Amino acid sequence: MVYVLRRIGFFLLTLWAAVTLNFLLPRMMPGSPTDAAIAKLAQNGPVTDATRKAIEAQLGVPDGNILEQYFGYLHQVLTLDFGVSYTFYPQSVSEMIWQAFPYTIVLVGFVTIIAFILGTLIGVLTAWKRNTWLDALPTLSGSFASTFPYFWTALLLLFFAGYVLHLFPTSGAFGPTATPAFTWDFFMDVLYHAALPALTILITSLGGWIIGMRNAMINTLGDDYVTFAEANGLKGRTVAIRYAARNAILPNLTGFGLALGGVVGGSVLVEQVFGYPGIGYLLFNAVIGQDYPLMQALFLMITVSVLIANFLVDIMYGVLDPRTRR
Amino acid sequence: MTTTQNISTAAPGVTKPPRRFTFITRSTATLWANWKSRLGLIILACFILVAIFAPLLAPYGASQDGFERNADASAAHWFGTTAAGEDVLSQLIYGSQISVAVGFIAGLLSTIVAMVIGLSWGYIRGFGADVINFIVNLFLVIPGLPLMIVIAAYLQNGGLVMIVAVIVITGWAWGARVLRAQTQTLRSRDFVTAARFSGEPAWRIVFKEILPNMTSIIAGGFFGAATSAILAEAGLEFLGLGDSSIVSWGTILYWAQNSNALLTGQWILLFAPGLCIALLALSLTLINFGVDAISNPRLREGKSR
Repeated sequence: MVYVLRRIGFFLLTLWAAVTLNFLLPRMMPGSPTDAAIAKLAQNGPVTDATRKAIEAQLGVPDGNILEQYFGYLHQVLTLDFGVSYTFYPQSVSEMIWQAFPYTIVLVGFVTIIAFILGTLIGVLTAWKRNTWLDALPTLSGSFASTFPYFWTALLLLFFAGYVLHLFPTSGAFGPTATPAFTWDFFMDVLYHAALPALTILITSLGGWIIGMRNAMINTLGDDYVTFAEANGLKGRTVAIRYAARNAILPNLTGFGLALGGVVGGSVLVEQVFGYPGIGYLLFNAVIGQDYPLMQALFLMITVSVLIANFLVDIMYGVLDPRTRR
Repeated sequence: MTTTQNISTAAPGVTKPPRRFTFITRSTATLWANWKSRLGLIILACFILVAIFAPLLAPYGASQDGFERNADASAAHWFGTTAAGEDVLSQLIYGSQISVAVGFIAGLLSTIVAMVIGLSWGYIRGFGADVINFIVNLFLVIPGLPLMIVIAAYLQNGGLVMIVAVIVITGWAWGARVLRAQTQTLRSRDFVTAARFSGEPAWRIVFKEILPNMTSIIAGGFFGAATSAILAEAGLEFLGLGDSSIVSWGTILYWAQNSNALLTGQWILLFAPGLCIALLALSLTLINFGVDAISNPRLREGKSR
């Protein structure tokens, strides 16, 4: 119970810190959205003070001292009111995010869980069959694939499977004729469009899980209780899975929460290549269009989602490892 | 492995203190003995040589245009030309300079930050340690690439200096955590207690007594940080968030995507820069297999338990 309360405390504290960081970030940076807009205007001629005021009013530039701004911002965050998007005017930032959010959650969440399970199982196998081809092949190909830049894997898959072989659609989350609805056909269409982005993330993230599990497993295999279990004449598979793997999985699980941030980052690149209308693609468009309110809100959403995922992993860790519950 | 060195040199008059370069030659020999890290060292050496001798190796200038546009591979242009009429092979060769430099500089800087924070964090106790713990955990969970993208968006077209700074700001936390864990285990060793009782100041204990025992972990952290720096730099350049006028592997892919290389079917233009990034990152990962085996004997090849 103490463990859970501590995790909740840490979660709330990091949440507050992430929200505050998001508040401070634009204020620490040189220049402002207004300056950027005026710099663009100034190329066509001098800018009057009235124009500046008008632009500030239009962009919703905060006034008041920094504390007032901060509490105004906290209020915005709590009510999920992030203002109006510059690039997708007149849609509000919240609307844009809610449209994109489900696609990324399903894509990244689903693929990461598959990669974790698959990678962990392969990692157990490689450690158990150490120094055979069953070890060398997955370890080497996995670590090679994990050095592939996300966008490169995405471009190659898009080029060969999309443009050359016409096996998969080349952009979007669903076909031009499909209408979003809770039907089987639409669901299959979404899966079909998500296949290549999902494969990209799987190829790139699998290796990390294999190596992580292999190293943890090799460490536990060296422990005395495993030797004792073997000396007792237990079957190899029993020793590998019920004795060694069960303990080796814990460090890998901690890695899961931390790796999620990397996968989310990678999905920005993947979504950009495939034109997949998720959070990452939206973030890319916000950055290109200098849409600061949308960008800020997206970064906050991404950070908070990763924090929540980490919190859930921490709680799960507590369930799996009795030592944390003391 | 350095721990044993320390113990053997601690006995006076039995052995001479190791020479300064013994450690470097010995660890290189250990890395060379492991076939994975040997392969990594060879690939890395190739890239470094290509980066240094780029002006001699490249058949044309990096931004020299005026050739036929979107040409396929030919005798004059082995890898074809870009949409702006530049030679792809020359761009690849010059691009290695950016990746090697960014990987080295950003990797080194974030390792130094990780080292200073990780070691002091592992050595001090009490409230200060809790505060650092919180900050490190915060930086660990905040997704790196989105943070880089947001910072890069505010610092419009900051170029390579900006990219290196952003990578260092977002990339030091993991190394700091690993080094802290190691410092904590070393802190209670006898040689540290002895140093403390002999009146050495805290900074000297941390950086002169504890630090030399973690060389392999620091080296591993450096190669890891350099790998992620190279991938991050390429990712930011690919999104067009760096300086898109320089020639790097990331910008080649950025221009390739923007000029619809997918539609014109120039697969070399897409394939080659990414393969270079992957090979360079792979070489560092391979070297790290050997470094891991130095710091954790259980991971060594050949002997099973």
